[in-house]
Amino acid sequence: MNPAAAAASALQTAPPGHAWRQLKSRGMGAVMLLCCLLVMAPLFLVLYFLIHEGASAVDWNFFTQLPKPPGELGGGMANAITGSLVLLAMAAAIGVPLGVLGGIYLAEYGSARANYWIRFAADVLNGIPSIVWGMVVYALLVVPFKSFSAYAGGVALGLIMIPLVMRTTEEMLLLVPQGYREAALALGIARWRMITVIVVRTALKGIITGVLVALARVAGETAPLLFTALGNNFWNHNLAEPIAAVPLQIFTYAISPYDDWHRQAWAGALVLLAMILVLNVFVRIISRDRKFN
Amino acid sequence: MPAAPAAPAAVPSAPPRRWPDVSFRWLALLAAATIVALIFLVGWELYRGAHLAVMKFGVNFLHHSVWDPVADDYGAWPFIFGTLVTSVIALLLAVPLGVGTALYLTEIAPLRIRQPLVMVVEMLAAVPSVIFGLWGVFVLVPWLRDNLFVWLKKWLGFLPLFQGPIYGVSVLAGGIIVAIMILPIITSVSREILRSVPNLQREAAYALGATHWEVIRLAVLSYARRGIFGAAVLGLGRALGETMAITMVIGNRAEVSASLFAPGYTLASVIANEFTEATTDMYLSALFELGLVLLVVTILVNVVAQLMLRSLAGGGTGKVQ
Repeated sequence: MNPAAAAASALQTAPPGHAWRQLKSRGMGAVMLLCCLLVMAPLFLVLYFLIHEGASAVDWNFFTQLPKPPGELGGGMANAITGSLVLLAMAAAIGVPLGVLGGIYLAEYGSARANYWIRFAADVLNGIPSIVWGMVVYALLVVPFKSFSAYAGGVALGLIMIPLVMRTTEEMLLLVPQGYREAALALGIARWRMITVIVVRTALKGIITGVLVALARVAGETAPLLFTALGNNFWNHNLAEPIAAVPLQIFTYAISPYDDWHRQAWAGALVLLAMILVLNVFVRIISRDRKFN
Repeated sequence: MPAAPAAPAAVPSAPPRRWPDVSFRWLALLAAATIVALIFLVGWELYRGAHLAVMKFGVNFLHHSVWDPVADDYGAWPFIFGTLVTSVIALLLAVPLGVGTALYLTEIAPLRIRQPLVMVVEMLAAVPSVIFGLWGVFVLVPWLRDNLFVWLKKWLGFLPLFQGPIYGVSVLAGGIIVAIMILPIITSVSREILRSVPNLQREAAYALGATHWEVIRLAVLSYARRGIFGAAVLGLGRALGETMAITMVIGNRAEVSASLFAPGYTLASVIANEFTEATTDMYLSALFELGLVLLVVTILVNVVAQLMLRSLAGGGTGKVQ
């Protein structure tokens, strides 16, 4: 474009290169849209294949039967499903009290300096690969008691939950208006009663949301269970012995050479993912109206 | 309560007792301190487990490239190499895609569809690693083997990276699956960062006549550059420790090869595969040392990421993903 002519008509018409710049802007917009589509694609592809390959194997037997040895058709994951629930209950028993109390300390008691370090530690812990937790619990619980056990699996998952629950609890407690605390204290209630009865009670929905999200996250964890809970093809009658879990079962089946086991792996994955996604959607719905101000 | 028949002034009730208050406070402190204690516990347990191997191999362990359980000779180099290569591939793919998505979600997408799209990204983050692994083994790897890898070999085969036989399971497949797994965290952290860019920045650029893209590039991206770098480092931390999915698609062979089509092995996947098979004390100890290497590296990477994200004005994101 001729610069002199452009300058002369600068006030009346679009600046030089305007069309090209607009075009470029549009083009980059399209590139970003493409990025977005590419990022979302795997979720839909995974869902499609889970349903396509797995839905046919999800039937009544899947929820009520034990796994069958290779070569025999059918069988289910009843033991793995109950095993996962047992492990999650144990994880919650460890992760929820410690996480919630830690969150209470951060929001209600801690000094700014102490809080900085505790938060920092929580975020670093959260970044530790889950397989490392498996090794640590192996050294702590499996070696001394000389057996893989449901307890060890539950502890591994519970330790992973602590920082997750702690950070969300803290966030939720900080949303409670300061006036609630002052009003309660002004009425002469003890501080710990104020915290448990007023503050935690007010933020309870948010805290439960955080706990459910943390549970959904550890429900799919496989690596920390590999050498703690180990897996089991039968019912577990003693928590000091190995226990089955759905993610472990999926892994074992997926790397096996049998077609029928592959089908079971897809079915297990479908059930596991459905549970996790339903939990996540449920959490979104209950947490929709948790604003306090 | 003593019966005070005609006392107009209310009898002051006893002040709340002190001990429940003090003990509750200590209980909360104890729980918070557990977090800090856990970090030391993890480090110490791994070191204790690795002691034997650390004593025997010393620093050589890191660059020794033989892993031979039969001869009790262990070196970590093939695994460190595999972990680095897959993580680099994952970052090269995930950072542009994640940042692009975050930009689309904060700057371009119509307001109505933003929330649903964000939800899809969060759902992606909720998919367990083992399910991506399953999908990787039966869907992604065969597709890569028959399409993308053939194409790459045909057009870019002159590079050593894309030479050699195609098996399907490979370092490149591992990198791609890890990229998918770290996309959600890179996207959501970048999105938080972009959202914290003040609108004044954008308005000023618009007022100067910038187009939409110029606003993004000049006003938004340059402002958020540091935070996005932090998001990438956070993604790197996740990529290094990713275990199940990559174990299922990388081929699990302890060798160092220039070709991305060759099978490889990572720190996390060798631990996952061989830990329960470790028959000798030295074997187990070497695996613990691999775990220790992994732990130290991920902690360093995470500390860097947290420092970068925290030092931002507005706090960036302290949100635990």
